[in-house]
Amino acid sequence: MADKNEILAGLAEIVNEETGLETEEVQLGKSFTEDLDIDSISMMTIVVNAEEKFGVKIPDEEVKNLSTVGDAVDFIANAEG
Amino acid sequence: MTAVLNQPAPVQASRVMGLGVHRPDVIVDNEQICQWIDSSDEWIRKRTGIVTRHRARPEVSVVDMAEGAAREAIEQSGLTGADVDAVIVATVTHPYQTPSAAAELAHRLGTEAAIAYDISAACAGYCYGIGQADALVRAGAARHVLVVGVEKLSDFIDDHERSMSFLLGDGAGAALVGPSEETGISPSLMGSNGEKWETVSMDGSLLPLRDALAEARRTQDASRLLDAEERLWPTLRQDGPTVFRWAVWEMAKVAQQTLDAAGISAEDLVAFVPHQANIRIIDEMVKQLDLPEHVAVGRDIVDAGNTSAASIPLAMHRLVHENPELSGGLALQIGFGAGLVYGAQVIRLP
Repeated sequence: MADKNEILAGLAEIVNEETGLETEEVQLGKSFTEDLDIDSISMMTIVVNAEEKFGVKIPDEEVKNLSTVGDAVDFIANAEG
Repeated sequence: MTAVLNQPAPVQASRVMGLGVHRPDVIVDNEQICQWIDSSDEWIRKRTGIVTRHRARPEVSVVDMAEGAAREAIEQSGLTGADVDAVIVATVTHPYQTPSAAAELAHRLGTEAAIAYDISAACAGYCYGIGQADALVRAGAARHVLVVGVEKLSDFIDDHERSMSFLLGDGAGAALVGPSEETGISPSLMGSNGEKWETVSMDGSLLPLRDALAEARRTQDASRLLDAEERLWPTLRQDGPTVFRWAVWEMAKVAQQTLDAAGISAEDLVAFVPHQANIRIIDEMVKQLDLPEHVAVGRDIVDAGNTSAASIPLAMHRLVHENPELSGGLALQIGFGAGLVYGAQVIRLP
């Protein structure tokens, strides 16, 4: 099971690939929409890639609750656990 | 002795013999859209790929558009209306519960007692129609089947709504399917995922409008009818992100299964023509399918917007006209949308 720092690093790589944002920009407290300017369609691509990378399921209805990078890291960590 | 029933003689194979289109002459650009929703040309282009969409004038009907596309497809096939013995119209915007658009179209085209019916399979309707046309021809039930995907979506949108109205355009595309010595249409993969019924849908039925009209007559008070918040005229809505996820990752699997069922690989294609829902769905599907560089991809959405059942034949017609060398090659087409429903097949381009 990956620890939260590893999940954050992995998520940052996925965000970088989808949006071109520097990985350092992807921090726990950042909001996907407000701070990182990621729209709902890009968010779905990130979610599907995260599912594949971390071997977890992130249902459609859960995606709306992932407002910050920290929310996503916590969800993945709990889903993995 | 038990009587033995006759069967029609089956036909070896079918193919698409000709294509036709009708593109309405009113062009709506993103600046006009931004009069109705708080957005910008740049935002719409970046998030959808759409620069313009064509919309029909009020007096132009679904059947008018279908007729224009149908006549071109019949002519390109070297036939006349009298040769057509089945007419299938895929549409969700023919504004009559009954009779069908297909019956009126069959009459206008001069067919002789042709089979005529409509399909309600939204953006998958054209591929459903091609699948049925292939089956009808091979079963010997009809010889020349006209399939038309046509939509006047502008009658069922709310200009101020942000989830999908700004994406939508009007238009028609037609294909004439007939007998062939060689297989010109692969097995069709068609299906549904009804648990997602609400993800793309009208925001209500017409019954509340009927009831409100009756109430207004009874009370002589029309205030409900005049209240824009009541939304008595149903219009289209979608849950964009959920549809996007389904359209890309689930439909990429269906596309691959369609190639497998046809017994070919992506290398064998000359064209890929997915439903024109959003340029980002198209681009992501191309990525997921790992399509070779030589495969031409239908991107008619940039000018035509999302025209539901009409989008695949419109995009295919344009590809073949702009790249005549594609004619005779194999194209993968896949439609997907409200239902949710999907349909796909590989065809040999006319």
